[in-house]
Amino acid sequence: MNNLVIMPILIPLITGLLMVAFRRKAVVQRFLSVVALGATGAVSLVLMVQIKDSGIQTLQLGGWEAPFGVSMVADMFSGMLLLTTSIVSLLCLVFAFYSIGKEREAHYFYPLYLFLITGVNGSFLTGDMFNLFVCFEVMLISSYVLISLGGTGIQLRESIKYVLINILSSFLFLVAIAYLYAATGTLNMAHLSERVAEAGQNGILTAIAILFLIVFSLKAGLFLFFWLPGSYSAPPTAIAAIFAALLTKVGIYSIIRIFTLIFYHEPHITHLIIGIMAAVTMLLGAIGAVAYWDIKKILTYNVIVGVGLIMAGLASNSTVGLTGSMYYLIHDIIIKALIFLIGGTVITLAGTSKLKYISGLIQTYPFLGWMFFIAALSLAGIPPLSGFIGKVFITEGTFEAGFLWLGAIGLITSLMVLYSVMKIFLNGFWGDSYLDEEKKGEVKGILFPLAILTLLTIGLGVGAEGIYSYAELAIESLMNPLLYIEAVFGRG
Amino acid sequence: MKEPNDVILRSVTKVAVLIILTFAINLFFSGHHNPGGGFIGGLAFASALTLLFLCYDIETVRENIPVDFKAVTAVGVLISVFTGIGGIIFDRPFLTQAFDYFQLPLFGKTELATAVLFDIGVAMAVIGTAITIISSISEDR
Repeated sequence: MNNLVIMPILIPLITGLLMVAFRRKAVVQRFLSVVALGATGAVSLVLMVQIKDSGIQTLQLGGWEAPFGVSMVADMFSGMLLLTTSIVSLLCLVFAFYSIGKEREAHYFYPLYLFLITGVNGSFLTGDMFNLFVCFEVMLISSYVLISLGGTGIQLRESIKYVLINILSSFLFLVAIAYLYAATGTLNMAHLSERVAEAGQNGILTAIAILFLIVFSLKAGLFLFFWLPGSYSAPPTAIAAIFAALLTKVGIYSIIRIFTLIFYHEPHITHLIIGIMAAVTMLLGAIGAVAYWDIKKILTYNVIVGVGLIMAGLASNSTVGLTGSMYYLIHDIIIKALIFLIGGTVITLAGTSKLKYISGLIQTYPFLGWMFFIAALSLAGIPPLSGFIGKVFITEGTFEAGFLWLGAIGLITSLMVLYSVMKIFLNGFWGDSYLDEEKKGEVKGILFPLAILTLLTIGLGVGAEGIYSYAELAIESLMNPLLYIEAVFGRG
Repeated sequence: MKEPNDVILRSVTKVAVLIILTFAINLFFSGHHNPGGGFIGGLAFASALTLLFLCYDIETVRENIPVDFKAVTAVGVLISVFTGIGGIIFDRPFLTQAFDYFQLPLFGKTELATAVLFDIGVAMAVIGTAITIISSISEDR
């Protein structure tokens, strides 16, 4: 029992509720949300140290022992994602201070943002399938409001699509959970893992696994991403950035979790399907990124490529591939937040998202330009930045598993990604400046979170060795479901 | 709004609301061991308020019940969460409940449980949410 496990959910939840109950000035809300996210980050750090010292941490809510109660489980994989989430959400929040506007602040922006983080953290921590559904809903309902908050035309149009597709996938999620319960008689993940292993993963269970794959693919944007480019380009920059950084990652996390913990017995079916979906996702995403001349569209298609690459690591079903997925997942959270924030800033400064009408921004905003350059290189996986190490491991993993085509597609799409972001850099930042000195917007406060994110992506690349011991533990618990099961049932 | 030629509706509402509210509270308390509880009790409570909204206009009801229902929702969830945190203070898992029997004047031997506090929070959250939804839909007209 370790009550710290529930804290990353409780802290943002309580802070958000306090803000709704006692509506105070925006300044107080800003302060409270920074404190809440900071505290969440600190707790995640402590959790990581505890996991490293004494293994996977669990909490049985209300003292009802697993598998009868709801278990919360923090292994190193969750712990690292929690810490990354806290840091990135804090930086996006600071960016929002300068850009979100009074109107949205007055309409519960900060509480909703914290509820979103509550749902994300909950999804990372829960050890129960139904509870995972609940946490997804907490996250999704907050995101419904955040995406439509402000009520501009494009936001309303896109939020209708977004809400419909997510309601459909939530419905399928419930159906899948019902099937799973009917087939196995439990929803506790550890217990599920045991029962599926005992009974053998027969045809019905594999079919259920694929239904889950469809559900989470809809959320993660793996192959079923047709809703994503529109939805992610509608809301304001800070919100779009946190969506791009976190929401798809929760879907990815769920896929990795259930296909390493529960449905890992038939990799030649399930993991092959994941591999094919990953390949198609990478190709289509990269084609989209190359084809468009609109900054928002290029960036949203890059989100899709990232999802495909992470899933390629899982498809290889090997320690190396998963290590790559792990590194790339963390890298992707940071870099997507960074590149969306920069892209959004460029659009605000230039007043348009059409690349053909922007040029020479680097002369007026040198810092912004060079940060974009670093982010672009990191996105494409140029050493020594953080995207490199993940890509190497993933490619190695797919080659080892014999999926040469998958690794090759990963490498080819990396080049296409590099082209697509360099297109933004060369057209938008290079060239003759067309902005007058008077038109120059204020970027001082905005630059701070961007600079930290840039430092993070450099640091994660250069210091990859430093977090290797943590990543190793994370992969160990993913590759060996017995560790997870024993921790939940309090054996061993 | 409609013309106020609805004497029968109003007379019935005055009596019915009282009955519904009583029933809601009954449902709420029976929830500990029998079917019922915070969620359904809260819904019944909200239905009584909705009847008032339908019978009188929203402004009149708001004047008589000057509560911000969004805040009621938040306070309700807060109460539930803090009941859960009670467990943490006593070094038990989050959401641990406790109960005991007490001799109370008038009631005699009574079971008091922290789960009731949690349920009060749930009921408030349900009431707040239901009324917020209904009143924001009605604002469209």
